[in-house]
Amino acid sequence: MNLTLRIWRQRGPEDRGAMVTYELADVSPDMSFLEMLDVLNERLILEGEDPVAFDHDCREGICGMCGVVINGQAHGPRDRTTTCQLHMREFTDGETIDIEPWRAAAFPVVRDLVVDRSGFDRIIGSGGYISVVTGSAPEAHATPVPKDIADAAFDNATCIGCGACVAACPNGSAMLFTSAKVTHLNLLPQGAPERETRVRDMVATMDDEGFGGCTNTGECTVACPKGIPLTSIGNLNREYLRSLTRR
Amino acid sequence: MSWTDEEVVPRVRSVAVTNDARPTSPVGIFWRSTIGKKAVMAVTGGVMLLYLLVHMLGNLKIFYGRESFDEYAHWLRTIGVPALHGAWFLWIMRALLLVAIVLHATTAYQLSRRDLKARPQKYAHRQRLEASYAVNTMRYGGIIIALFVIYHLLDFTTLTVNRHGVEGAAYDNIVSSFSVWWVTLFYIIAMLALGLHIHHGFWSAARTLGVHSAAREKNLKIAATVLAVLISAGFVTVPIAVLAGLVD
Repeated sequence: MNLTLRIWRQRGPEDRGAMVTYELADVSPDMSFLEMLDVLNERLILEGEDPVAFDHDCREGICGMCGVVINGQAHGPRDRTTTCQLHMREFTDGETIDIEPWRAAAFPVVRDLVVDRSGFDRIIGSGGYISVVTGSAPEAHATPVPKDIADAAFDNATCIGCGACVAACPNGSAMLFTSAKVTHLNLLPQGAPERETRVRDMVATMDDEGFGGCTNTGECTVACPKGIPLTSIGNLNREYLRSLTRR
Repeated sequence: MSWTDEEVVPRVRSVAVTNDARPTSPVGIFWRSTIGKKAVMAVTGGVMLLYLLVHMLGNLKIFYGRESFDEYAHWLRTIGVPALHGAWFLWIMRALLLVAIVLHATTAYQLSRRDLKARPQKYAHRQRLEASYAVNTMRYGGIIIALFVIYHLLDFTTLTVNRHGVEGAAYDNIVSSFSVWWVTLFYIIAMLALGLHIHHGFWSAARTLGVHSAAREKNLKIAATVLAVLISAGFVTVPIAVLAGLVD
């Protein structure tokens, strides 16, 4: 396959940045999207240019590190697929592909396609955990959890924190991410003692980080590689409003 | 393209939670948060929706003729008498609506500003997959409706810009206004904007207030469409009837 790539290049946080066009020949349809970028980068290095910076780690679709906006879609055209698990067979020979970083005020560009997602870490740090005395793991059957609750909690726990929801949202909102974490922990008995403070603090941090609000456009859930449902946002709203009526 | 040594070294901000300057009272926390502001929007929207439903049904009384409609218009000023004095009920309702409108508009403005600031840079290649026309016109639609309400009050409440403008002659005031083509057009555009606003706003408000079951959401979306069509169509029948000569 021969492709025309239009990639966002930005030297650093202060640089203005611009879309730069590259021609890439002989791309195998069996390459992953990141492997295609690897091929481009090898060529750029040989030509004495700086390679395109992009985030990646496991390349198995489970770590949440990778993610770019491909032709206006976070993680590209394939449903429930991270950028690393997207293959070039999804594209056609001769196609022009636009590659941009996540765009959000709360996710400033570090370089090229790399953005600073530590805002997510601060949301997690303010309540996305359960406080337990560490030691040997307790007997699992000591705390029974109904099957439907366990399933719903697990569905939300599959969030890998990649930030595609924020990238897809026209308001740069982190509601889907925060709702997945809050729903996951607040559904389970282990999360119950901190149920109110968790949601209150995580929402406060989410707002402080400069993420936008939710207008229920539904863009986030379409972009989410793990299919976190929009109903989680409804649950976050419920948990939040409930928490304000209790101590 | 290549990097030079003088470039600013990217720094990842330290992972720490800051709790300074956050309000501690439940009301303060509620009002400062995006979810709290949206809850205010949802509730005030619901109040206005309820009012609009009654207003629309009342408007349909125009089809019973001049006398019946004017009598109804007069009755609106005397609801609650003798428990309430004169037009008290009307003024209580107006005050309630004014509070709802001010809160709805204030939160809409504050949230919109925040949302636009949260996404300062657009994508070179933009693609919206999910958002409907109704979603994308919430802000402009809201402004159209607000401007319409101002004109509407000047037209039929204060009678400032009404061509007939006789107090108590509600029927003739309406006919005189809708005999002007651009007033009718503005009215119809505003009612379509209102329909779209309700279409997204109704179930969106329900989710903001905590509805989180997929089945219930589906029913709420159907209810939103029914309400939007009913209210828009109900209001629009009056100017259409005037245009068609059914009401004159």
